[in-house]
Amino acid sequence: MKQITTPISDDVIRDLKVGDAVALSGMMVTGRDAVHKWMIETFIKKTRPPQGDDLQVYEELKKILNGSIIYHCGPVVSGLDTKDYKFVAAGPTTSIREEPYQADVMKHFNVKGVIGKGGMGAKTLKGCEETPAVYFHAIGGAASYIAQTVTKVHGVFKLDFGVPEAIWVIEVKEFPVVVTMDSHGGSQHAVVEAASKKVLEDLLAREIT
Amino acid sequence: MRDLTNEILELIRRTSSSLPPDVEKRLRASIEKEEPGSPARGALETILKNIDLSRANSTPICQDTGTPIFYVHYPVGWSTIKLKAQIRSAMAEATKRSYMRPNAVDAIYDKNTGNNLGGDDFPYVHFEEVEGDDLTIELMLKGGGCENVGRQYSLPDNSVGAGRDLAGVRKVVLDAVQKAQGQGCAPGILGVAIGGDRGSSYIKSKEVLFDEMGTRNADPKLAELEERLTSEANEMGIGPMGFGGKTTVLDTKIVGLSRLPASYFVSVSYMCWAYRRRKLTIKGEEIIYD
Repeated sequence: MKQITTPISDDVIRDLKVGDAVALSGMMVTGRDAVHKWMIETFIKKTRPPQGDDLQVYEELKKILNGSIIYHCGPVVSGLDTKDYKFVAAGPTTSIREEPYQADVMKHFNVKGVIGKGGMGAKTLKGCEETPAVYFHAIGGAASYIAQTVTKVHGVFKLDFGVPEAIWVIEVKEFPVVVTMDSHGGSQHAVVEAASKKVLEDLLAREIT
Repeated sequence: MRDLTNEILELIRRTSSSLPPDVEKRLRASIEKEEPGSPARGALETILKNIDLSRANSTPICQDTGTPIFYVHYPVGWSTIKLKAQIRSAMAEATKRSYMRPNAVDAIYDKNTGNNLGGDDFPYVHFEEVEGDDLTIELMLKGGGCENVGRQYSLPDNSVGAGRDLAGVRKVVLDAVQKAQGQGCAPGILGVAIGGDRGSSYIKSKEVLFDEMGTRNADPKLAELEERLTSEANEMGIGPMGFGGKTTVLDTKIVGLSRLPASYFVSVSYMCWAYRRRKLTIKGEEIIYD
């Protein structure tokens, strides 16, 4: 298993290939549906004027995300009353919902990887080649196990999006993932999709009585 | 009437943190089918470690603690108004204790209520009065990832050449599995309802998931189709998490309903491997958790 710590260099990213098992350490942030939509509308396409603390959060995120990772995750967090936050359960959410946004977000913030589950599509794969970046697949549902690799919660932005949708700034130690989309156009998801489609066609052609 | 809030809270804790034994058994058995060192096997190994850890620490198996679906079978004399209030209060407390993630979001205003109570239908509670003296409360937690890959077909469906018969049902269910890929957190469990209207069909396709794994439909034709679908779905090689592999579907359950002459719906509810469902029985003074 390869050990990689954020911030990650382009060379390290270019070395990664589909199928590589990686243990990730260092700082990263969580971000899912509401965050990606907010980033695109407010800072990238600028179809919505910044409001409240938007610009301040943006400046902070530019620093944290440069060379780092976005984790598609809506965690269960304890200590909400005392602000002594701890991740209780923190597996990945389905990434494909961020397909319209992900490539632009990666390029804009120089994000070197996203962690999620289920894989992403052609637009993100192209984004991985151009940025460069990779898609790290975590094990869906393995929430208690992954939460144990989150050693510290440094803080939270946009808690008004709700606990699952907020931007949690976390430090992880040896978070286990598998590269399923690399920066050379390789995608395990495209391979499995095509192979299963072929089998399905054969099965559909087989009439039963 | 007796207050069951604490017992329901315990039911929620168990459901969220302790995977039922029949599901765990299937997952443990499937590991041997995957190549040593493959991502598919690695995924199953992590899944099994996570099951042990969640149970030991009373932490959620999955951070998406899902849509809470309660089925209450109550004897004559119980108040469903009071039972529902107790379920709701247990749910809010379970959220405070981090057994549940705050998961109820107002769809119009995008606001998370913070306590898993959203309008009258979240959590979803189904009541049914029964003969006898025992009260049972069953809870299923169904995550959003697998809910999103569920599908409903109106037969005939020309896209896959599916006519209005069991051969057609087979085709659309296999299509649903292929389209889901790994996004429903495979290996999954399929709940299939044939017939009904759009609403009842989807509801029954979930209800059938309360049954124990491996129990077959009493109708031999449907029992055979259940086994065939599990086996053919696994031929597609999607595998755990969609990494590629032998284990895509762990079991299939089918229920047949009445339909209108004009309609022939097939609803497929995909359940992720984190197949969380538990039961509480009140038998006189005795409290039994399965």
